[in-house]
Amino acid sequence: MSAETIQSRREWLLSDRPASRLQARLGRAYVAWRRFSANRLALVGMLIIIALLVVAAFADVLAPYSPTVGDLKNARLLPPGAAHWFGTDDLGRDIYSRIVYGARWTLYVVILVAIIAAPIGLLVGTIAGYAGGWTDTILMRITDIFLAFPKLVLALAFVAALGPGIENAVLAIAITSWPPYARIARAETLTVRNSDYIKAVQLMGASPFRIVLRHIMPLCISSLIIRVTLDMAGIILTAAGLGFLGLGAQPPLPEWGAMIASGRRFILDQWWVAAAPGAAILIVSLGFNLLGDGLRDALDPRSGDQ
Amino acid sequence: MSVAENQAAAGRGSARAVAILSSLGRFLVIAVTTYLGLLAVTFFIGRVIPIDPVLAVLGDRAPTAVVERTRREMGLDLPWIEQFYLYVKAALRGDFGTSVLTTNPVMSDIRRVFPATIELATLGTIIGAVIGVPLGVLAAVKRGSLIDQVARIVGLIGYSVPIFWLGLLGLVLFYAKLQWIAFPARLDVVFEYTFTPITGFYLLDAAIQGQWDVFYDAWRHIVLPAALLGYLSLAYISRMTRSFMLNELAQEYIVAARAKGLSESRIIWGHALRNAAVPMVTVIALSYANLLEGSVLTETVFSWPGIGLYITNSLQNADMNAVLGGTIAIGSVFIAINLFSDLLYRLLDPRTKAG
Amino acid sequence: MSDTLLDVDDLRVTFPTRTGLVQAVRGVSFSLGRERLGIVGESGSGKSQTGRAIMGLTPPQAEVSAKKLAFDGIDLLSISPRERRALRGNRIAMILQDPKYSLDPVMTIGRQIVETLRTHEKVSKAEARERALAMLQAVQIRDPARVFDLYPHEVSGGMGQRAMIAMMLVTGPELMIADEPTSALDVTVQLDVLKILDKLVAERGMGLIFISHDLRLVSSFCDRVVVMYAGKVVEQIKASELRDAQHPYTRGLLNCMPRVGFERHPLPVLDRKPEWAA
Repeated sequence: MSAETIQSRREWLLSDRPASRLQARLGRAYVAWRRFSANRLALVGMLIIIALLVVAAFADVLAPYSPTVGDLKNARLLPPGAAHWFGTDDLGRDIYSRIVYGARWTLYVVILVAIIAAPIGLLVGTIAGYAGGWTDTILMRITDIFLAFPKLVLALAFVAALGPGIENAVLAIAITSWPPYARIARAETLTVRNSDYIKAVQLMGASPFRIVLRHIMPLCISSLIIRVTLDMAGIILTAAGLGFLGLGAQPPLPEWGAMIASGRRFILDQWWVAAAPGAAILIVSLGFNLLGDGLRDALDPRSGDQ
Repeated sequence: MSVAENQAAAGRGSARAVAILSSLGRFLVIAVTTYLGLLAVTFFIGRVIPIDPVLAVLGDRAPTAVVERTRREMGLDLPWIEQFYLYVKAALRGDFGTSVLTTNPVMSDIRRVFPATIELATLGTIIGAVIGVPLGVLAAVKRGSLIDQVARIVGLIGYSVPIFWLGLLGLVLFYAKLQWIAFPARLDVVFEYTFTPITGFYLLDAAIQGQWDVFYDAWRHIVLPAALLGYLSLAYISRMTRSFMLNELAQEYIVAARAKGLSESRIIWGHALRNAAVPMVTVIALSYANLLEGSVLTETVFSWPGIGLYITNSLQNADMNAVLGGTIAIGSVFIAINLFSDLLYRLLDPRTKAG
Repeated sequence: MSDTLLDVDDLRVTFPTRTGLVQAVRGVSFSLGRERLGIVGESGSGKSQTGRAIMGLTPPQAEVSAKKLAFDGIDLLSISPRERRALRGNRIAMILQDPKYSLDPVMTIGRQIVETLRTHEKVSKAEARERALAMLQAVQIRDPARVFDLYPHEVSGGMGQRAMIAMMLVTGPELMIADEPTSALDVTVQLDVLKILDKLVAERGMGLIFISHDLRLVSSFCDRVVVMYAGKVVEQIKASELRDAQHPYTRGLLNCMPRVGFERHPLPVLDRKPEWAA
């Protein structure tokens, strides 16, 4: 590709008279991308998340050993070395392989929580914002009540009642993390509720259900995505905490928090058993935090330095 | 001063009274509904989710007679709404049932363990605020500089690190390798019999009684968990301080202060920070509430006999009354701090006093 | 006017931006005695940045240069920041536009006045309070003791701006820069505040730079007028001779002023030619 075609493509993208909706959209995305990619830390965050996705997708290829079956006889609690990069645990399992497979469980948790909690918040927030009046008051009071609760402790209590397990952990985290999404969705709804184009749709006889679903919800998506990305780190940490307390993923699942818990018994002599999974959690949550910060700065210039 | 302005000033007096009353009323409504909400959720967790709430409370090895008696005591034959009413009534009396594990009333257990958690969280918040506020101020003043970058990275890591893991690594380094701190506990066994706590805050109690050997030992036990919690709160406080300070430094009154010929330090600490201090108080209060919650994991790692360890021990033994009692206890304090920080904000800001 | 208080020669203020250097002030020259000088221009003409450059309040990323920028014979660009600060608020003072934003909201008015005084003079707390109260009296606040303990949000805009004037005049400065001092106020109190300012400037024999977008206000209030456009001075003229202004931009500004008894359609549009900025 010559420099000239790149130049003309940039001009096409940055045109202030886009000829089609596609061009306008691509142009906006390009501007956001330029702002985003100017932020080096945000790029690092994105690379970390891409790496997480790749590792999770190709875990079978990347992991040299089985994540659940170890060599109890010969390979118990080996320090990091050439055969086992991160050492082995008390059951002779390769820690590197377990971390690689653990990426899948981390993704499983954050994605499930996001697709449970975000729609609940979106629904509650848009309905409250669009309906107004008592519906709004009651829904927002409930939201504020949940917002005022200590999340981790409440999740603990939920899992205690539901029984330990990764699905229940996901459910408990989702139940405690929807309120901020409802607040955001409501705020966005309020800004557009009285706009002319919503009035126009109302005049055409669209049902409130259709208006909320087709015309209001799509507008809330971008700020919701930013917030969900920023929350991902918190979700990972809560899930790991539950795993650490034995309430999340159950053995022999290679979940990182549970791996730290099992390494705890040997922490003073075989520190690597707990060290590696913790570092994995740190890196991935850092990645989500950096990515979220970058997305917020790129898509929402108003809150540039907050 | 004109007549109109005088009248306006007089009118402000009664308007202020109305504003205070209505905000007090709002505050009460919020406080009551939030507590009812907390109780409703714990009720739901304890009574609705389990297939048999009695077994959830007693465990599955209790004799049939006990099971039947408990079933009646819990009022499980009544409609839910009535059950909830009884539940709220009991909770208001501080009656959360009996712990299977300790065989004590849950409330007396909580009273015993809570000071340990408060001591830890308080020290953590002090560490976080003492370091976090100046760090945030410097980061804002020297925006884009090395210190700003460092503060940002330190903050981001604080947001991203699993605290229990950092605690374990800290134990390896400071306890096992360097031997700077004492083993995970609250006090050395040696002092178990020679030291009688008064307030339940060991550092304070030891200082009051002049038992400096106990104080030193208590310090060696608390310093690492408190520093870890302090780090979490530092990450939050410094980030918020920076953001508030950037906002204040862009205001016109800062230009006016410069025009008056004030020194930079006077402008930053005397004007900008004074204005930022109002929202900062809320942030510090919220971070304190978060540390109470964060103590659950930290206490587990450091065998710190507080409410967090109490809850996790009860969890391990399926002791539902104790878990929910502990949840309500932390939840209540958490909500109270949340509400009072909001109230404090109104009291501190001269602009909201006039309503 | 024989004694020159302020001498500005070829003042330039340059801001670095993402798209390159932007010159906000491009070679402004004038001199000022103990008189009232008005600087007029549209927003973005560089009039405010000129005032801030004299004060030494230009943002740190911007660069200020001049062949000469001297206050009472002191070369402002060569003295240390500390010496510059000692002048600010003491011998050179500035009034900002909107008291709602330019007074510290969490500090009482009295303390803000006392703060200026005690920064520059070694006076006891009691004496500082006395002088602050006297100053509040001088800006015609009737109940100084009460206003002293009020917070800025508790007073009206006109009262706030009087407090601002008191805060800046309490040290007895020789040069006052007033940057749109009445633009944010109600029309009814604008004149009161201007009268107070005018009286104090006259009584104390101060030099005044009055920055405004309002040519009529400036012409009725000042002795001389500097008209700025795009960072440059396009015309300097005595206020009394404004009707004979030569430059088309000044004439344009004059033409835009509505007059009683004359209905004009269409309303005149201000002419802007790039060559005036060249």
